[in-house]
Amino acid sequence: MRLREVAELTGARFLSGEELADRAVGAAFAADLLSDVLAMVREEGVLLITGTVTAQVVRVAEVMNLAGVLFVRGKIPTKSTVEYAAAAGIPLLATPRTMYEACGILYTHGLPGAKRKPLPYEHDQLGSPPP
Amino acid sequence: MVGLDLERAGQVSTEVQRVLRKLGVEPEVVRRAGIVCFEGEMNIVLYTPGGRIILLVYDDRVELIFSDQGPGIPDIELARQPGYSTAPDWARELGFGSGMGLPNMEANADRLEIRSRLGEGTVIRATFFRRRDEA
Repeated sequence: MRLREVAELTGARFLSGEELADRAVGAAFAADLLSDVLAMVREEGVLLITGTVTAQVVRVAEVMNLAGVLFVRGKIPTKSTVEYAAAAGIPLLATPRTMYEACGILYTHGLPGAKRKPLPYEHDQLGSPPP
Repeated sequence: MVGLDLERAGQVSTEVQRVLRKLGVEPEVVRRAGIVCFEGEMNIVLYTPGGRIILLVYDDRVELIFSDQGPGIPDIELARQPGYSTAPDWARELGFGSGMGLPNMEANADRLEIRSRLGEGTVIRATFFRRRDEA
């Protein structure tokens, strides 16, 4: 799926990086907790769906080499954060949809979930994750 | 770098990645070092009045050394456990402080050494071995 389709399907607009609208998105990960993004996403080119709008979201996107960030629930980061993302070449999108709705729409249209790194000791407590 | 400077927190990590890329360091090392640096950087920003991050690049490895003048870690074994956190609410509201920082540093570095003295500060050295044949 391309970022352009992500925007169309979720009714999102580009805050930055619209020139990268044809960038391919291989999978998506949704979380408000940036610690989880840092600890669990192992692929590159992942779309992050989040309601967190701090400056650190863009830094995380940069460090993790994410394909882009989709802000949900109508939230929009500050102007300086958007400007930083534009300069760093990180596409930011914003939709009025809730996280649950945005995830549902994108999943139904074939965007899979990002594979997640298991936590230490997780297997002992929950068994192996389903394929 | 300065503690509690949230606007710029994360800057060192992106800068470290830029430098490593410029030096031709393998992409998987750049990625892991970036993640570890971000976690270490957030720890300095969230818990200490300030500290330093030193990047050392060798032919066979990359090292990141974090040193701060913070409160120190009373029980390092406990702090290494996933989910253990002493983060204040405001850190959690920013999306951090879930007790995954040190475990995630450990998961991404090939070696992680932690030295801490209560009331004096903490020094962490993360080592990443360069596997050039896989690059």
